[in-house]
Amino acid sequence: MTINPKAVLAAAVLLLAGTLTTPGRAMDQLDAPETVTIDALADLYKPVEFSHKRHAQLARCKDCHHHTTGQQDMDPNCVRCHAQSPETGRVSCQDCHIKKQFYPEQVIAGNNPNIYHIDKPGLKGAYHLNCVPCHIKKNAPSECDSCHALTDKGRDFFHAGGEKNGKAGPAKGKDEHAR
Amino acid sequence: MNKLINRRGFLQGSLVASAAATVSLAKKSEAATFEGYPNAMGVLVDLSRCVGCRSCEAACNKEQDLPAPVKPFNDFSVFDEMQHGQKRRTDETRYTIVNRYDIPGREHPLFRKIQCNHCQEPACLTSCFVNAYTKTPEGAVIYDPDVCVGCRTCMVACPFYIPTFRYSSAFHPRIMKCVFCYDTRLTKGLPPACVESCPQEALTFGRRSDLLDMGKQRIRENPGAYVDHIYGEHEAGGTAWMYISPAPFEQAGFDVTVPKEPILNYVKDFLSIVPMVLTIWPALFAGFHLLATRKDKMEQQKKNENEGEV
Repeated sequence: MTINPKAVLAAAVLLLAGTLTTPGRAMDQLDAPETVTIDALADLYKPVEFSHKRHAQLARCKDCHHHTTGQQDMDPNCVRCHAQSPETGRVSCQDCHIKKQFYPEQVIAGNNPNIYHIDKPGLKGAYHLNCVPCHIKKNAPSECDSCHALTDKGRDFFHAGGEKNGKAGPAKGKDEHAR
Repeated sequence: MNKLINRRGFLQGSLVASAAATVSLAKKSEAATFEGYPNAMGVLVDLSRCVGCRSCEAACNKEQDLPAPVKPFNDFSVFDEMQHGQKRRTDETRYTIVNRYDIPGREHPLFRKIQCNHCQEPACLTSCFVNAYTKTPEGAVIYDPDVCVGCRTCMVACPFYIPTFRYSSAFHPRIMKCVFCYDTRLTKGLPPACVESCPQEALTFGRRSDLLDMGKQRIRENPGAYVDHIYGEHEAGGTAWMYISPAPFEQAGFDVTVPKEPILNYVKDFLSIVPMVLTIWPALFAGFHLLATRKDKMEQQKKNENEGEV
């Protein structure tokens, strides 16, 4: 994920200003970047240009960031521990949700009996589990390619064929099927 | 002195002995139940998360190097396909299938992924008389095509109708089924290809024992969101792939009549007396035969002796 440097600067200035005037205040929408390019997982699909500003107007911070922005999460399963949780230093999805979900290190980490979040989604799961249900609920686009277009590799993966970006000729899958 | 044992005594004794052998063998087999390998891996499928994107089908196709699909994997018209009045099922070209279930009263349909459930005590393995199947300590049920004779008993034995036969190849016929990406991924500790491809994390890979905890936690912490049951915790004696569902399992096409104990248990008692039948019975009945024909033989012998004298 790369963040627009201007937005970061603006956010930093605002954050600094905020802490000077009202210490301990929860983050608000103004602290946030305008757009976020979600490209950490881009492979079969192209990166997502995520308008953080637009989504911040449609949802509360906690709807996506849980307790990390200092907003109270009222989910009964969360308030058991996070009723008084202050904002955290790291609020980006990939600060908590790992890319290599279900890999051996994580399975071994499950041996630690003190971990409560035994069922924390990986980064890909966190994005989709957060975005898709809300998009469906609010009648926003919820098809795969309405948020991210397939790459050429993705087309091959799905044996999608045709309409390859700028390239003529069917994909491998369709070719084989034609025989 | 010459009547140490008469015919009646022999018959009674042998019947009692064979009955005793049957009972003792049957008892021994009952005690031998298998609780599964302690660190075996599994997958928890959460039907409430699946959106039917078919990424898992595409990933499986690529990982297992299966033939190209008839329709692309992002073509969702396949959910309406019916074959012989049934929804799509696994076959020699696809080890996994996602089907859609429109459930009355539910706003959105449910999608269910089907593949080998990798039973703790697989019926396919039990039924195979050449031991082509192995349940590995990692949790996979794998298949060895080199020893398979193509009898297809496993296809009949499987309570989930998973093993399929490659009828298309006359020279290399073999059973085709999901192997949990055993050689390419599972042995390296990696999640199977379908799990890694799932955007919704509808598939959770982990130790089976951890997955049961997770499944129970999800059910407990989201009251009303799930049916209070993990399909596969006990079905068919327990499976490595398990499901949780927001709707009753039968509405999502699950066979809820699958017994809670291993299919093996239904034949264990019978199988345990097979060795006895094969070893004791021949000797027993040969004895009966010899006794029954002894008189005739002796008479024959006497006759011969008399004839010889004359």
